[in-house]
Amino acid sequence: MSATATAFDVAAVAALPLDAALGACRDLLEDPEFPTVHAWKESGGKVLGHFQVYFPEELAHAAGMLPVKVRGAPVEMRLADSHFGSYLCSILRSSLEVCLDGRLPLDMFVTHPICDAARNLAGVWSRNLPYPSQILYLPQNVNSAGSAGYLRDEYARVLGDIEAVAGRTVTEADLRHSITVFNENRRLLREVYAIKRETPWLLPVDQAYVMMALGAVLRREDHNTLLNAMIPQIRQRTDKSQDKIRIVLEGGFCEQPPLDLLAVIGQSCYVVDDDLLIGLRFLVRDVDDTGDPLAALADAYLNGSSYSPVQHDTRKPKEQMLLDRLHGANAQAAILAAAKMCEPGLDEQVAYTKALDEAQIPYFITEFEEKMSGFDQMQLQLETFIESILFD
Amino acid sequence: MITEQDIVGRGAVEGAKLMRDWFARLDVAAERKETAAYVFVMGSLAEVLRAFDMHLVFPEINSLQTAVRHVAHEYLGMAEEYGYSPDVCGYVKADVAMQLQGGKHSMGRLPKPALALATNACNTYVKWAEFWERYYKIPMVTLDIPGSRTAAGGAPPGTDAFESDRRYLEIQLRELITECERLTGTTLNMDRLREVLNYTNRMAAAWKRVLELNQSRPAMFNALVDGTIYLGVLNALRGTKEGAEYFERLVEEMEYKAAHGLGTIQDEKYRLLFVGVPCYPIFRRFHEMFADQGGVFVASSYLWFAAGGLDLGFQYDLERPIESLAEGVLVGVRHAGDAMLFHDQSLIEQVDQFEADGVVYHPVKSCRTVSTSLAGSRKALMKARDVQCLFIESDMMDRRVVSEAQLKNRIDAFFEGLSSHRLRTTSATA
Repeated sequence: MSATATAFDVAAVAALPLDAALGACRDLLEDPEFPTVHAWKESGGKVLGHFQVYFPEELAHAAGMLPVKVRGAPVEMRLADSHFGSYLCSILRSSLEVCLDGRLPLDMFVTHPICDAARNLAGVWSRNLPYPSQILYLPQNVNSAGSAGYLRDEYARVLGDIEAVAGRTVTEADLRHSITVFNENRRLLREVYAIKRETPWLLPVDQAYVMMALGAVLRREDHNTLLNAMIPQIRQRTDKSQDKIRIVLEGGFCEQPPLDLLAVIGQSCYVVDDDLLIGLRFLVRDVDDTGDPLAALADAYLNGSSYSPVQHDTRKPKEQMLLDRLHGANAQAAILAAAKMCEPGLDEQVAYTKALDEAQIPYFITEFEEKMSGFDQMQLQLETFIESILFD
Repeated sequence: MITEQDIVGRGAVEGAKLMRDWFARLDVAAERKETAAYVFVMGSLAEVLRAFDMHLVFPEINSLQTAVRHVAHEYLGMAEEYGYSPDVCGYVKADVAMQLQGGKHSMGRLPKPALALATNACNTYVKWAEFWERYYKIPMVTLDIPGSRTAAGGAPPGTDAFESDRRYLEIQLRELITECERLTGTTLNMDRLREVLNYTNRMAAAWKRVLELNQSRPAMFNALVDGTIYLGVLNALRGTKEGAEYFERLVEEMEYKAAHGLGTIQDEKYRLLFVGVPCYPIFRRFHEMFADQGGVFVASSYLWFAAGGLDLGFQYDLERPIESLAEGVLVGVRHAGDAMLFHDQSLIEQVDQFEADGVVYHPVKSCRTVSTSLAGSRKALMKARDVQCLFIESDMMDRRVVSEAQLKNRIDAFFEGLSSHRLRTTSATA
């Protein structure tokens, strides 16, 4: 349906004062018309949309495509609902909605078997949209000696399909260059999260989220430009620390809570770490840009990555990883959120609560939906929870 | 000389007895404090585990038994009290409640697990096995079986892409064998493995034949009711002598019925396909709503995916058992995945092969793998074939989302549609 693309001038936004720049970035992120994607298409570029959680975006970037994270949108359903059953999370429906109505124009779609519902999406897309759709089978047995070779082959297979859509061959030099760009992005995002952990009064959770999530819809070079402009200004803020408890927010690995919900949480406490859009930060260290780039990307996924409820790794029991995240951020409590109807998230909540009970760490359980708009009750409950900690 | 009385209905009776005996053996194992491997129907790797003489526990089968016996709500309630959401799979919750009660269930008692084995055929398998891993502090093996990447299907054997997947799976199988050797303190006996594989070969060949025979008119068996009994035996006794003999006798029964024109009901009016998972909380009644109006389920996608791909009839090469097992499991489980994720073309083919009058889609709250895209699948089928479709949602475990009266209304309307469709097509061809 949309929409002449409204230009998002990265250089101009980067030159704005911090609060104005953050406002412009927030507007872009919340714009369900995806103006940067339309602008890219109108300039002749091609777009690869990948569903949550993790995708090696370097593959699309190296082919000259714009990798876009398909992460749903708080939109009204007009077309998508009739393609799905009833008991499903919102992100599936809204992701299909924005693709069906043309708001998110793609040239290729990739989903992953992250959950029982998402693995259906390649079939759903192929029925209803004219461009290639497929599943990237990230290894579910990352502890097997065979997983590295398999994943390298799988990346090579997907790269072949990307080349066909992009109409060009991708060289190792192209991939190494993309890895360099993304390594820079990973470094900058680590810096954003370091600010949250070390001086959370300088960077509320909703602002940090905007800075991070922009990577879902922008060229990574542009994202780097904005982060490079904003991070020093964040550090120069003079806000003082308040008497707020430090909290870890868990449950945003796939469907995203509304920004207003994050803002409400941020009013009550300091969110010092989280798993929001963890796929953008899934690789926790730089990827080797000297050897076989596909093998390096595979190795980073297997051996240098974060955790989420949709990956089983005997080296990373998720409840222990959550405890590590809490300790690493010096947090006093956790918010265990889950998107409505999100089976992996809801399953994991049980394990998390048992581990936190054992560790005697207080937690607050909640459910959310990307399109929810009333937060009063949740705010009241959260404030009661926080008061119970403060006055314990 | 075999008489009709000897043979007709034999499969249902013998199947029910085999399942009771199997549960009784698990009960004895629990009494003796023996342990088991907890596995799932799609990729149970029964062949490897039986070669180590391990007991197999199939939690999906245990859970559905609680629904069929109308006690599932007690289990669901207990798991929800433990912390599980009403919105997660009812099978998982029923099993969690069984484990919280020391393995007690509606058919006896389960031995405790020594090994949790999940495949990625269903993501919930992994989350489910993680519960056992945490609760019992046992090793968990996730067997990763890559499925088809696109609606065009999986890479065929002989291609580089297939070989990459097969090689990955073979490495994992060898790692599973090492883990079993560690757990049991024994070395894999290759002759025993060949013996088990051979039993599975016989079962697969017979199962394929049973399904084909139901293309006869009238249909030999009801894919929803009888099919569920057959599926139970197919999974619980996979890789056993009694399983192989059972299915060969079942073929004999079905061939007899086909030769003598004996259908599963006397007056077969409408041949139906079933897509989804049965409504176990009202299993018998659900079936009757169709059978009472002359509807027979001649085929079901459930018999396809819940058999872990055995309907292909894949035959393991006993000369190279591990390599062939990797190939067979890859092909079979991928096929099962296709039955849930990429089944549009296959359903069209089944409508043709089984001369189906209607298709019943039954997505369930508990299983998103099966249910997510059925609404779209229905649209695609109706575009391709002039066939009546019914889309009804409920659950396989949770009676709170099963509204019998509403289902009945929808089903009655479906039969009215079938009737008028037949009148229209008959008068058009007259």
